[in-house]
Amino acid sequence: MSRNEALTRSETIRYTAIGTAAFFGLWYAAAVLQLAPPKFLPMPHQVLATLLRLCQEPFAGHTLPQHMLSSIGRYAMGFGLAAAVGVPLGLLMGRFRLLDDIVSPLFDGIRFIAPVAWVPFAALWFGTGIGGPTLIIFVGAFPPCLINAYRGARAVDIRFLEAASMLGIGSYKTITEVLFPAAIPSIIAGLRIGAGLGWLSLVGAELIVASSGMGYMIVKGQSAVATDIVMAGMVAIGAVGVVIDILIRKLEARLLKYR
Amino acid sequence: MSKKSSPDQRRTAIGLVTLVVVLLLWYVATTATGLINPVRFPQPSEWLNSLRTIALDGYGNGKLHQHVLHSLKLVAMGFSVAVAVGIPLGILMGYSRKAEALINPAFLLLRPIPPLAWIPLAIVWLGLEDASKILVIFVAAFVPSVINSYTGVRNIETPVIEAANMLGIKGWKMLMEVLVPGSMSMIFTGLRLSLQASWTTLVAAELIGALYGLGSILNQAAQDIYPAMILVAMACVGVCGAATTWLLGLLEARAMPWRVGRVAA
Repeated sequence: MSRNEALTRSETIRYTAIGTAAFFGLWYAAAVLQLAPPKFLPMPHQVLATLLRLCQEPFAGHTLPQHMLSSIGRYAMGFGLAAAVGVPLGLLMGRFRLLDDIVSPLFDGIRFIAPVAWVPFAALWFGTGIGGPTLIIFVGAFPPCLINAYRGARAVDIRFLEAASMLGIGSYKTITEVLFPAAIPSIIAGLRIGAGLGWLSLVGAELIVASSGMGYMIVKGQSAVATDIVMAGMVAIGAVGVVIDILIRKLEARLLKYR
Repeated sequence: MSKKSSPDQRRTAIGLVTLVVVLLLWYVATTATGLINPVRFPQPSEWLNSLRTIALDGYGNGKLHQHVLHSLKLVAMGFSVAVAVGIPLGILMGYSRKAEALINPAFLLLRPIPPLAWIPLAIVWLGLEDASKILVIFVAAFVPSVINSYTGVRNIETPVIEAANMLGIKGWKMLMEVLVPGSMSMIFTGLRLSLQASWTTLVAAELIGALYGLGSILNQAAQDIYPAMILVAMACVGVCGAATTWLLGLLEARAMPWRVGRVAA
């Protein structure tokens, strides 16, 4: 093992290049040597070609951009709802002890139920169009939104709250003008975790109960034993996830400025 | 409640009251008034009956304990392999910048793909058998255990490592006496996340296709439109998740006795 020393810039680039080359090299090698039949292990450029082809040719009823839009629409609803309910509730719990004491045990009771376990009820209550998947995304993204807003509000210096109450500022204003700005970094951290878990839950929901979307597309690819479509779908899902994370970080920069 | 009761007692009391109120509301909304249609959400008595049915007579290819044990077995296998590979890899990447630069590209390329998106690929490769479930649990549990042990090692203060180097500590001793203890608390954070991810992935994989397991009960009950059994299965998922997390907490307390104030030998 080498010592824990920083690498120079050129060394970093060299090793990163070797690492990337090794990743794709091993993939190509496995495909060329036919460690698995080509049907099950397409080469990287074939996956890329499939990805481009899916943008024009519909698969499972829609083209890839259409699947993407339907996923993103559901996701925006579910995650938006989770943030819109979770953050204010978390702040209120941080402010009012009684609410905290009531909600916490309920929350602890259902926290361990994996979001995808809600799939049957989601389908039963809201169907498989937009409602069912939205509920599952909500269930996945809600806990981090709530917990982080709560922790952020609890960590606010008590003197600010005392000052606010001394100045005769009402509860509502205390929350919007003292607790919320002070808790922003923690809230954003929660939104980022929630966004990731929500995206994961969306994929789970679409694998099981949807009739469109990227998760639905890869599950159809699976039943058609079209490994290239499955892999192309995975790449697309990962890419959208990265974009979402970047957007939230942009939002963070904005909000911190506002603070 | 006496006026002197501590905040903890107050919390517990309010928690208990909340629990009772929720159960009462459940009863009132379903059985007493019929506000909620039993086709949408079960009555408490139906729930108990379903629990008895699956525990004694069995449902969906097996009795409750068979399903639970099957799911536990898959989680244990996927999780332990992921952790056994992930923690050493994370420590290596945290300690050696060379290793980090080499491994990071593959990691960055694969990491954004949510573990659940691996399920169809795992099914294409390995079929609907247990092997494909273990593969996706492995993928799900691997990432958090690598990232957190990596961060743990990176967070060890440089002087500690420098001092160890100066004292001529290296190799195995460096690993076991400096790197592992120094990153232990982050490693356990990673284990906890890995465990949660394992359960989520397992349930999803079993929902998509399985003969046994908690997810397969959910799937069967959803097809039979049997809300009481759905709720039984959800409760079991929650209990299993909570129980394994609790076990991990016990392990954590044993691994880091200094956390609870005892002096490490």
